[in-house]
Amino acid sequence: MTIVHNKQQFDRLWNGGEEVAVLTFGLSGETFAIEAVVVQEILDLLPETKVPGARAFVGSVINFRGKVIPLADIRLAFGMEASEATIDSRIVVLELEIEGESTLVGMRADRVYEVTMLPRAASEPPPSVGMRWRSDYIDCLVKRDGEFIIVPSLDAIFDAEHDAVAG
Amino acid sequence: MTSLDPIQVFRTEAAELFEQIEAGLLDLLHDLSNQSQIDAVFRGLHTLKGSGAMFGFEALAAFTHHCETAFDRVRKGEVPATAELVACVLDAQDHMKALVDTPNGDHEAAGDVLLAKLQAAVGGQAARGSVVPAPLAAPVEKVTAPAPAAQAGKGFRIVFRLPVNAMANGTNPLGLINELHDLGTCTVKADLSRIPTLDTIEPTDLYVGWDVTLVTDKGRDAVEDVFIFVMDEMELAITEIGAAAPAPVSESAAVAAPAASPVAAAPAAAEPASRAPAAAASAPQPADAKHGKTAENVRVPAERLDELMDRVGELVIAQSRLSQLAGSSADIQLRSVSEDVERLSGELRDTMMVLRMVPVGSLFTRFRRLVHDLARETGKVIELETEGETTEVDKTVIERLADPLVHLVRNSIDHGLETPEDRVAAGKSRTGTVKLAARQSSGEVIITITDDGRGINRDRVRAKAESSGLIQPGQQLMDQELLQLIFQPGFSTAAAVTNLSGRGVGMDVVKKTVEALRGVIDVKSEPGKGSEISLRIPLTLAIIDGLLIRVGTGCYVIPLSAVEECLELSVEEDMRSRGRSFISLRDSLVPFLRLRDLFRTGTPPDPFQKVVVISTGDERVGLVVDQIIGDHQTVIKSMSKLHHDVVTFSGATILGDGSVALILDVSHLVQVGQNQEAQLRAAG
Repeated sequence: MTIVHNKQQFDRLWNGGEEVAVLTFGLSGETFAIEAVVVQEILDLLPETKVPGARAFVGSVINFRGKVIPLADIRLAFGMEASEATIDSRIVVLELEIEGESTLVGMRADRVYEVTMLPRAASEPPPSVGMRWRSDYIDCLVKRDGEFIIVPSLDAIFDAEHDAVAG
Repeated sequence: MTSLDPIQVFRTEAAELFEQIEAGLLDLLHDLSNQSQIDAVFRGLHTLKGSGAMFGFEALAAFTHHCETAFDRVRKGEVPATAELVACVLDAQDHMKALVDTPNGDHEAAGDVLLAKLQAAVGGQAARGSVVPAPLAAPVEKVTAPAPAAQAGKGFRIVFRLPVNAMANGTNPLGLINELHDLGTCTVKADLSRIPTLDTIEPTDLYVGWDVTLVTDKGRDAVEDVFIFVMDEMELAITEIGAAAPAPVSESAAVAAPAASPVAAAPAAAEPASRAPAAAASAPQPADAKHGKTAENVRVPAERLDELMDRVGELVIAQSRLSQLAGSSADIQLRSVSEDVERLSGELRDTMMVLRMVPVGSLFTRFRRLVHDLARETGKVIELETEGETTEVDKTVIERLADPLVHLVRNSIDHGLETPEDRVAAGKSRTGTVKLAARQSSGEVIITITDDGRGINRDRVRAKAESSGLIQPGQQLMDQELLQLIFQPGFSTAAAVTNLSGRGVGMDVVKKTVEALRGVIDVKSEPGKGSEISLRIPLTLAIIDGLLIRVGTGCYVIPLSAVEECLELSVEEDMRSRGRSFISLRDSLVPFLRLRDLFRTGTPPDPFQKVVVISTGDERVGLVVDQIIGDHQTVIKSMSKLHHDVVTFSGATILGDGSVALILDVSHLVQVGQNQEAQLRAAG
């Protein structure tokens, strides 16, 4: 199921084109990229309010200009340890479609790099074994400068039905 | 958002017209001779026909035309209004609704049946056959009813003046005159008296009026149809003139006035003077009433109101930040500005809340039809009483309450009320009464549905609950608990499933909907005397008064309407209650929850713990908190879908310092508390 799912994700990301504009950011020493079109804004850290009983990776909410939006740490969705905030930490505000409703979600990043173009030719689907990240949460890997940039599947991560990662 | 779909506009308008027509018809049932209701129904039908044709709902216009014709005859006193006629038009109205919803559907057969019935209803008394079922597809303008008033060889004098901005609105006066030409021989004279001087003239405005003498064998309806789309805004006087067509009123007529017949000549001479009285003397058309209404009301899409509400909410938040800053500043001017802003934003918020309020009456009126239909279906004699229609409630609340109330009223009628025979046997009047009442009480609106039927049979409820495994056989239950069982999913005591109720769906949905509105349902029932179901709903969904508390490092808001009292948890009670979570409150035991444990704060408790006692209905639970900060006007923000699995909170709000506080879901917490109590009891 995950392979088919990823294939669709994969096709949608590139949408028939050869390049896609992404925002790259760092999380726990890895470089991630998400489609630039879903990015609304990049913020400095804001006061957070914990939501007791919520799933760990969306454990708090923030006040984003008068709106209360969830703050997600996709590290925790992948089953990794959270890390302390640093002076480079940012919140990336994304506009995502969740259960058919357009929703603003804040996402933690250890640091934000740049908006750049990723070529399709350098991308490959995630290997099904040998990854330390959950492969069904990854769209594809893109090789660049001898490193892999991970393109996470936000749809799969934020799919509210996923209770497997409940904390 | 700004580009409105015209079809949608028509549908909205039609829905209102249907409501108006229906209300008129139902009133008419009580008083068949009520002329003003007959007129109201006629006007509704007439407008519906007109706008229907304008928006391309030809089948609707053609069908409505027949109903209108029938009512026109009633209006003119040719046929008496009868119960059958009203019932017939009510059915016809449902058909019209279908025509509005699916204009292209196949409704012809159903329509013909209704028209035949309609014809029977008015035709019985009619001297001459009048309602001829014309082919439905015929365009409405061509279907001119042979209104008995119009005889061959007659004519009309039509004096009309369109509003100044008519051409800007797309009306073409020449088109209207051409249409008059099609009806017969016309003599047209322009009235130039209102043309202003050249320097004040607006080239796009219309200053000209017309005086048309029309010789035709068509009836007044045909003439009115010409003006049907502009009638509401214009000055129009249609006067019938004698069978002998007068000499054409031409320019010379003004000079040689006495030569022409008096009817035609007099007004022609006194042209400017005739305008005002002529308008007043025009046929009873909706013009006056309608005009007054549109001038006072502005129709605004609800989503714009919601947007405005959001902005006001944000303003309130920004204002409370400003007050906080000003409060800590020594600048007197800043403080006074901040106070002004506080007052203004408070007033703005109150005005905004009022804007969203709609009288409950709009909800109640639709039940008259329901009760009427149910009475026919069940053979019971039912009287619907309403009370407190002017009570105002947030629009969203009204919309969401509609379906639950339908269920409750149906239930009252189907399960509660007895047949007339049974009622007489039980020593009651034949007529069963269902009463819908609304009243306001401290931030809540209370809607009650009362019937004087047989009441809820507790033994049946118990038997049913036991057989479906909801409760253990012989389990001790409080009366209220037993009655609340009817809101369990899949519960129904009706022995036979009827069309109306008894399927066991509904009541649980009712409860869910009401709870989603942060409301509560209470049931009272006395065997043999009747039942009363009351819904207590907060007035608004957007802003509540809350009690701000602190647990660990987090701030939370408890809706103030649920707070009963606050007290300190004494040290010995704190110690003693380690094992059992109860406090004794004026000789009754109240279970309590330590929010610190529930929220896993992981911080040491404050030395003096406080207890906030909250209640929903008769159930009380204490919440142990670290600090009670004070009351707080709370703009409710809903939580995103990502947090829908968190049931402890009903929403969030933004505090003065910009941080977010979560709003506790009281009914859920009470449930948790009660469960805990039950567990402790079970454990002994």
